Amino acid sequence: DNVCSGELKFHYTVHTSLDVVEEKISGVGKALADQRELYLGLLYPTEDYKVYGYVTNSKVKFVIVVDSSNTSLRDNEIRSMFRKLHNSFTDVMCNPFYNPGDPIQSKAFDSIVSTMMVQAC
Amino acid sequence: MAAAQAGLPVRLESVAGELPLPVFVGITNELEMRYPNHPSTNESQPHILGSLTGSAPHPPADRPVLRHPDTSMDKQEAWSPPRSPGISPPCSPSAYRSYPYGAQRNGTDTLLAYDGKVPGRPSVPQENSSPSHYSLKLQSEQPVITRGASVERLVERAEIDYSDEPWRITEEQREYYTNQFRSLQPDLNALIMGTVAKNFFTKSKLPIPELSHIWELSDVDKDGALTFPEFCTAFHLIVARKNGYPLPETLPATLRPGFVEPGVVTVPPSEEMGSVDLQMTSRPGVTAKQDRREESRKPEFSPKRIPDPHEKPIQRVSTLKPDSPQELDANMKSRTRPRSYSSTSMDDAMKKVEEPPTPPPRPQKTHSRASSLDLNKLFQQSGQGSRPSQHSLSAKSGWLPPPPALPPRPPATQIFSFLPSSEKSSQKAVQQPNFADFSKFREEQESSVRGGLSTEDLVPPKSDSTLRHQGHAPQKPVRRKLHPESQSATPPSATPYSAATLTKSTQRPPPKQKREIQMAIRKNRETNAVLTRLNSELQQQLKVVHRERVTLESQLELLRPVAST
Repeated sequence: DNVCSGELKFHYTVHTSLDVVEEKISGVGKALADQRELYLGLLYPTEDYKVYGYVTNSKVKFVIVVDSSNTSLRDNEIRSMFRKLHNSFTDVMCNPFYNPGDPIQSKAFDSIVSTMMVQAC
Repeated sequence: MAAAQAGLPVRLESVAGELPLPVFVGITNELEMRYPNHPSTNESQPHILGSLTGSAPHPPADRPVLRHPDTSMDKQEAWSPPRSPGISPPCSPSAYRSYPYGAQRNGTDTLLAYDGKVPGRPSVPQENSSPSHYSLKLQSEQPVITRGASVERLVERAEIDYSDEPWRITEEQREYYTNQFRSLQPDLNALIMGTVAKNFFTKSKLPIPELSHIWELSDVDKDGALTFPEFCTAFHLIVARKNGYPLPETLPATLRPGFVEPGVVTVPPSEEMGSVDLQMTSRPGVTAKQDRREESRKPEFSPKRIPDPHEKPIQRVSTLKPDSPQELDANMKSRTRPRSYSSTSMDDAMKKVEEPPTPPPRPQKTHSRASSLDLNKLFQQSGQGSRPSQHSLSAKSGWLPPPPALPPRPPATQIFSFLPSSEKSSQKAVQQPNFADFSKFREEQESSVRGGLSTEDLVPPKSDSTLRHQGHAPQKPVRRKLHPESQSATPPSATPYSAATLTKSTQRPPPKQKREIQMAIRKNRETNAVLTRLNSELQQQLKVVHRERVTLESQLELLRPVAST
């Protein structure tokens, strides 16, 4: 139950953060992706966790949820995490057998994500 | 892949159909056991080196003699005992190898493997050299043997070899892969685009997740396209998988593009690590392995290997930059690359076809260029400037502006000249402008043709096709093609002209020129045929590209509402 509720909670968090992401990326009047930074920063903090957002040029959104009690994570570290995510996501995309929209089954991608999460802890 | 599958059976048959089966079973088990060892032992490089040099029999050739009497059954038995001591890794590869060998040599090679490592090696190379075998990874063993001095090294090698054995590419396999690569992309230095490779590998009927995994393993530079070594790796993995070998988690060192070709630029050792950072972190581990390998290798060989580990870190660094996320760019590049590459490949193929015809004429002064010169004179005298335009086309890599005007034929040649120039001017952008140019020229051509002679009927179709060819083809081949193009242009024009030229040639130093012209005509006809074929292929490619474009645009449309909200 805890796991399920935990996952649900994260799903809910991510969904709500999507609204914030949309708000941030639609706020740029120039409407040129190049002029908009990919890293969105802290989307909003709650009492339990902090949510960071990142959008790619193709409107693919990455959301990282971090425990608020983890104060050792700096902004730069989050940025590097997003960069790694973006890189590995690009590699997954490069695979012609991968159809965009499918759940990512790449082991390399999974390993990168796991390593990142372990490092962040 | 279907062809590959067909190829496999053929070769297996030549060996001895049934022998392999038991061997494979053994091998698979061995392999699975090996895999845990595999990552830890990356001495495959030595093996690879050995495999590279591998066709030459190695000193321990005497081992095979010992093994000769053994049968395939013995091999299997031998496998089990090695397994228990834990030296089994060698066995599996040997088993792998043994099967083709066994067919021929009754598994002397495999036996060698059992003995461990050193003995097995020599036999493998010998086996490898036998072309009839479709043996996979025969070569890997031999290099190991030559290396070995320390037992430890041997053990390491053996483990590596064994785990890598199935993952070594033999010479026969490499040739086969080369041919397959050529069928997709004639230029061995160019890339096969992702979609092309996807279609090709999908024919192997492996499940998509496995193919996806294989792609991940083999596309080490993560560019969405396969270089020739990457292609060999992917093909090899597919073949192995079809034969029952489970896919490795990480790319075996022997299959790494950088491994097989020492000093090759593209390969970061950690294939599976997509992210740059990961590569950074994994580097220490890999370099450690490489260092180990280096040490083991140094006594034995080669300069080749030693630089590799050094190169690999460097390559990794260089790959960091390319890995920078630019999905769109990568996609665009991959998209555009195919165009230029594929067309280049076509052009190269065309070039190759065209080249043979052209040289001979040269010495006789009948080259396309020379002949065009002569023809120019001829035609000029006859009042037609077609030759000069052709001449200018063919003569220069730099493109000369075609001489103004000539009656219907010359416009065709002019068009050719325009086409080559435009093609030469740009790489990727060529396709687009060429299309535009083509359409423009075609109109001109047609209009001019209409006013032209009856013989023009021949010219427009040919020129159109040639034009298209040129438009699709990128630059270097274009130059070469100019000759054929001009020559091909000339044949249609030549036929009407030939009568005139013949008559004119009679006026000139006729016999020589006649001969030249006739030869040129012949050559042009040949190139024409090739070009028409190329044209049809390019047309098909064009259709495919159009389709892709349409799908992309529709996807864009779908995404736009999302973005706008």
